[in-house]
Amino acid sequence: MHELGLTQSILEIALDNAAKNEAGRVLKVKVVAGDLTGVIDESLRFYFDYLARGTAVEGAELTIDHPPAIVKCASCGVESRVAAGQVFACPRCDALTVELLSGREFYVDSIEIE
Amino acid sequence: MQDVLAANENMAEENAKLFGDKRVLVVNLMASPGAGKTSFILRSIAALRDDYSIAVIEGDLASKVDAEKIKAHGIPSIQINTGGGCHLEASMIRQAAGHLDLDEVDFLIIENVGNLVCPADFTLGESVRVLILSVPEGDDKPLKYPFIFKGSDVLIVNKVDMLELTDFNMERLEDVVLSLNPDVKIVPLSCRTGDGFDEWISWIKERLEVIVRRS
Repeated sequence: MHELGLTQSILEIALDNAAKNEAGRVLKVKVVAGDLTGVIDESLRFYFDYLARGTAVEGAELTIDHPPAIVKCASCGVESRVAAGQVFACPRCDALTVELLSGREFYVDSIEIE
Repeated sequence: MQDVLAANENMAEENAKLFGDKRVLVVNLMASPGAGKTSFILRSIAALRDDYSIAVIEGDLASKVDAEKIKAHGIPSIQINTGGGCHLEASMIRQAAGHLDLDEVDFLIIENVGNLVCPADFTLGESVRVLILSVPEGDDKPLKYPFIFKGSDVLIVNKVDMLELTDFNMERLEDVVLSLNPDVKIVPLSCRTGDGFDEWISWIKERLEVIVRRS
């Protein structure tokens, strides 16, 4: 995917919030990236460490949570957890009329500062 | 809690406002490499150029090949080289649009990078999202790349002149695509023979007329 640009955005969000709160240093950045975003953790971590050098985020711990993909079937009403490749079919009744409840969210949840 | 893609979304909204103010209809054209994006653009230009003024923004990993092809037809064309990037972003469109005289443009076609994955996540400020799937790629693509099919306003099924050479099943494709995206307009056509192209042209003309009449 395009982790360099994404990591840049994450860092900007962290630095922006640190500055707003007059923090000297960011200790922890918590990112939430749904299973369906395709975000590759190792790649995100690599760029994070690289881009953080010389900034208030240098040395911060990066945690990445991956909420699963969950769909709700409009046909049978059942909510199911699905694999990334089977997002738009209900695993119970095979109907394609499913609504995606989670799995695509991608945000900076919180940062810890000092 | 702050969305990681928000910067792009905000810029896309600004682009949409700019295009709205300048009364430009903007198509974000997406497809895999080789589906026929450039042929589709050239045929659309030929059919519409007498009635509307057209410009093209070309996104590519490298080279100016496509922009040169468009320019050879006397149409303003800006090439964005993403330098390996897998999709266009709203800020790139903002920059490229600065090189066009938008007061003189009715119809702007943005050719996205050939890719069915990443462009689905990055809106550009477009009015219409058009996806091309070509027959040789197979009718199973919607289930492999659902997000891009779900997010499109028009699905062009190109290279229908090759249907007989393949196992491509148009009904199966339409069934799956319409269950993913009930509002999508599906247009089977061939950029090579011109079969079916009129349907696309009249669809987009309806929308262009609204813009031109307002100006």
